[in-house]
Amino acid sequence: MQVREHDSHVWTATPTRQAMRILVIEDDREAASWLVKGLAEAGHVADHAADGEEGLGLALEAVHDVLIVDRMLPKIDGLTIIRKLREHNIQTPVLILSALADVDERVKGLRAGGDDYLGKPYAFAELIARVENLGHRAKEAPQTTKLKAVDLEIDLLTRTVTRAGKPILLQPREFKLLEYLVRNAGHIVTRTMLLENVWDYHFDPQTNVIDVHISRLRAKIDKGHDEPILQTVRGAGYMIRDK
Amino acid sequence: MTGRAKLFRTSTFRLAALYLILFAVSVSALLGYVYWNTAVLLQEQTDYTIQAEVQGLADQYRLRGLSGILDTVQRRSSNDSRSVYLLAGPSGERIAGNLASLPAIPDDESGFIEFPVDVGNGATRERHTARAFYTRLTGGFELVVGRDVEALRQFAAIIRQTILYALAIALVLGLGGGLLMSRNFLRRVDAITDASRTIMAGNMSGRMPVTGSNDELDRLALALNEMLEQIESLMAAMKEVSSNVAHDLKTPLTRIKARVEAALRSGSEAEYRSALENTVDESDRLLDTFNALLSIARAEAGQARSGLVPVDVSELIADVAELYEPMAEEEGGTLTASAAPGLHVLGDRQLLAQALTNLLDNALKYGAGDGQTPGISLSGTLEGDKVVITVADHGPGIPEEDRARVTERFVRLDQSRTKPGNGLGLSLVSGVTKLHKGTLLLEDNAPGLRASLVLPVWRE
Repeated sequence: MQVREHDSHVWTATPTRQAMRILVIEDDREAASWLVKGLAEAGHVADHAADGEEGLGLALEAVHDVLIVDRMLPKIDGLTIIRKLREHNIQTPVLILSALADVDERVKGLRAGGDDYLGKPYAFAELIARVENLGHRAKEAPQTTKLKAVDLEIDLLTRTVTRAGKPILLQPREFKLLEYLVRNAGHIVTRTMLLENVWDYHFDPQTNVIDVHISRLRAKIDKGHDEPILQTVRGAGYMIRDK
Repeated sequence: MTGRAKLFRTSTFRLAALYLILFAVSVSALLGYVYWNTAVLLQEQTDYTIQAEVQGLADQYRLRGLSGILDTVQRRSSNDSRSVYLLAGPSGERIAGNLASLPAIPDDESGFIEFPVDVGNGATRERHTARAFYTRLTGGFELVVGRDVEALRQFAAIIRQTILYALAIALVLGLGGGLLMSRNFLRRVDAITDASRTIMAGNMSGRMPVTGSNDELDRLALALNEMLEQIESLMAAMKEVSSNVAHDLKTPLTRIKARVEAALRSGSEAEYRSALENTVDESDRLLDTFNALLSIARAEAGQARSGLVPVDVSELIADVAELYEPMAEEEGGTLTASAAPGLHVLGDRQLLAQALTNLLDNALKYGAGDGQTPGISLSGTLEGDKVVITVADHGPGIPEEDRARVTERFVRLDQSRTKPGNGLGLSLVSGVTKLHKGTLLLEDNAPGLRASLVLPVWRE
């Protein structure tokens, strides 16, 4: 668990997010009601299905932006729901929630057609960051060669970065880190998401090694600029401003 | 199943029965050979001499007429009591010899005949069997020359009887011996069965009986006992682990409960808030512990072994070093990494990386002497057919007497208790090393700790 500090409702501090319609398929009613409540507080609309059959029925309507699917469900299990959706060519992004958090299980979930995998128990900040990441990733134009956030620009072809027109020299890993942050500009990115997507490590080191990498990156991109673009969202993670 | 049926079904009894049959067959063959060599050959020899004598007499008859053999027959029949002679005229009347009359001739042709004769003198007369050659001489005379073969017949009968007795004795002894042996075997197997039932019933200190004869049953019992020893110690270790787990999970839970209860009693908004925040912290730590335990269990169960793939260790070292370098510098220390190119092991990249980060976390936490900054080195080398990944620091190290136990779960040395941690880091490293069929070496870096993962190299 990377989330150590906890200010309340930090995720509401990101005004750039757009409201999404989210379907929660989870048989534990109490867990589901907290989840729905949390999503609503974060400004989203959440539906709930308590078993696999109902969940699949709702998901087949294809009106949701993101699905949150528990793996072990009555009637139809989570992975089967995802497979059936993909068979019907419904590409709604899916976040799989499961107590089975082994790397092997994760691979199984992603192979079934899931887009992200989060082990239980999770921190809500982690979940919301991932759900929003899935929501906006689906809308992203796939063939982008340039990424932009405020006055920061990344050219993916030449692998160069400029801030307010001035070039910034980055190490390959720093480039990858910044690219991931900018792709999610306006959205919170958690430390675990960074470890998974930038370093491809699916475990949490005991020390917060990510923080040091972020502060180095920040020194390079925010130095000499009045408005810092790389923000720390306390209790949740990091965010690149997009406004 | 009755005791007797059980006895007949034992493998020893079946084996004994098989041997018995083999033995009986070979004894019969041997005795049959002796019989043939004695009784049969003796009779053949007798037949041969009779035939030679008849031949001689027939020759004499041809050369010298009836008078030529009359003499010889008379002389021989009075001299030799074991031979029978008869020379008869054309009408069958006796001319010479020691037989009273001509015995019955089956086909009226030359050939061997057998008939009874009375021998002996005075009152003791015995009836013996005689075997003779009957031939018709020219001129209508008939000649019978034979021997009293009673002794020979008795001898053959004795040999036949001996053969039967020998077979019978062999069968009885073999059967009895087989039964005895099987009973003995069965008794020992029953003892082992009883012992295993006792152990299954929960008496883990029970052992299989060993007779000390060092036979195959003894060796089996010894092997089973070694296995039981291993299981018992594993179970003891597991009991210890679960009590450790219980302790290490109960302690923070107790703290949470106490804190929350105190906050509820206080009734103050600020107390509620701080208790809740504290609860989140504590449960995060609990989850960390729990996840670490699961990772160790997974690595130690070895079930992940089937998913091992070639992993580039040189790349892994560079990656992990890159992740930790800024952290080391932040602490004012250094992390130097070096790896020979192209080192590969059959492994799980995530678990290996997790093991390395655990070692680096430890080195960052404990790897600096008082008032010093950590100087950590991470290296990968090829030594023979082993890939050796080493994390070395210059901290206080681990005293030699503690090196064996620091890999056990929840073991924390006194000097580390003041720093955060759950005592599971090295357990995971050890479990991951075992999963990769390697060994974890903890050595003195003079000063400091030198932890090495010695893993079998993978070559294409």
